[in-house]
Amino acid sequence: MADFDLDVAWRLHPQVSVRPERFGALLYHFGTRRLSFVKTPELFAVVTALDSQPTARAACALAGVGTAELPVYARALGTLAASQMICERTAA
Amino acid sequence: MTITSLVEEFRYGLAAPICLTWELTYACNLSCVHCLSSSGRRDPGELTTAECQRVIDELERMQVFYVNIGGGEPTVRPDFWELVDYATAHHVGVKFSTNGVKITPAVATRLAVSDYVDVQISLDGATAEVNDAIRGAGSYDLALRAMRWLADAGFAGFKISVVMTRQNVGQLDAFYALADRFGAQLRITRLRPSGRGADVWDALHPTAAQQRELYDWLVAHGENVLTGDSFFHLAGYGQALPGLNMCGAGRVVCLIDPVGDVYACPFAIHDAFLAGNVRSVGGFAGVWRDSELFTALRGPQSGGACASCSAFDACQGGCMAAKFFTGLPLDGPDPECVRGFGHEALALVDAAAAPRPSGDHSHRGRGGPVPVSIGPRPTGAAAPVGSAPRSVPDRACDQNPLAGFVPSAR
Repeated sequence: MADFDLDVAWRLHPQVSVRPERFGALLYHFGTRRLSFVKTPELFAVVTALDSQPTARAACALAGVGTAELPVYARALGTLAASQMICERTAA
Repeated sequence: MTITSLVEEFRYGLAAPICLTWELTYACNLSCVHCLSSSGRRDPGELTTAECQRVIDELERMQVFYVNIGGGEPTVRPDFWELVDYATAHHVGVKFSTNGVKITPAVATRLAVSDYVDVQISLDGATAEVNDAIRGAGSYDLALRAMRWLADAGFAGFKISVVMTRQNVGQLDAFYALADRFGAQLRITRLRPSGRGADVWDALHPTAAQQRELYDWLVAHGENVLTGDSFFHLAGYGQALPGLNMCGAGRVVCLIDPVGDVYACPFAIHDAFLAGNVRSVGGFAGVWRDSELFTALRGPQSGGACASCSAFDACQGGCMAAKFFTGLPLDGPDPECVRGFGHEALALVDAAAAPRPSGDHSHRGRGGPVPVSIGPRPTGAAAPVGSAPRSVPDRACDQNPLAGFVPSAR
């Protein structure tokens, strides 16, 4: 898996549905028919912020993720990108 | 970031089910010998179109991503396609199981273009001989015809759904090749002693050697084959299989039956696992969130006799329904425990006293002949094919009152 690019804009894939759960959230992709788990409320906050923020780094900052924790979040977002749960947002 | 084990989280239940099975009708054109819902005839109390739509509205509000629709044969409901369209328009995806009877080239073309509908064709033998012995004459051709039309219509990745039996474990590679031939994906699930499956369990469930064969095959092919997580009892062999490896009943899984009854899982159609009905005031959401049964299932569970076994962390004691309908205690071993404890435990229970599945919508007069006579069965009379051995009923007066009583080991 290529390193996740924190400095571009990301969004939830349009075919993905999100359901908040106590532990974080469940994501379901209607195209791939796969289920993914967002395993913490903090990561869920980051995922939710992606759409409104210019970069994933900004989304992490908005969700209160400290610099030291950034690599962990980049890895988690990379996993979601690899399963097409999130995708790069090209400028409209 | 602290990450508690997801399985740990799932044990305490989710806001809505991940895997919701909804059986739309007990009506079916077939009479499969192992039918887990004893289907055949429609029930007069089945949910109406409007009631089904209200359930779908609830599922949308609860953000249930998709439902697994089955039966019976769901496509024989006259409003089936209307309900599929209603569900997908309300953001509830549909995976439906069918024997193929209503799949036509036109239907296949329609299904192929929808992202929100997935199809599972049921098939229990890679050859007509093996399949039709379980599902009935002509059912293999029916399923193959549907598969060919789906493939011709460009429906990539539909599922071929197989219940593993003593007769078809040896055909695993052939099933895999068949799925490949149609651009489909193979899904294999465990036979349960539920519904009519209780009557054929002894004759159909895989042998211990076949269970090992199945496990090894799954370890080799696991990533490309779906299992509905139904073989977690085999994790006792060592390596965990892909999936959750836990019993999801009432926690991430449940069943809505054709009359709206909500059960803990599709294999547990019995009053002991009935949580409520979607027609009640709180609807399905109320049953899912607040029913006594589901609340209890989400509480701490006792491993009972299994807790001290070194395989318990892997197999979790196995399948609740398989234990229940073979007469085993719920906190004991699975009847197919890979360490053999289920086999030992079964020797101590009275098979005739095992709980019977609630409700029977089987076609009358189909299947094997059922000998009916008054009084004790003549000595030496053959039991119906596949039925568990049953002893001749004790006479009321000429035996010790404790005749037939076997004290439990526990």
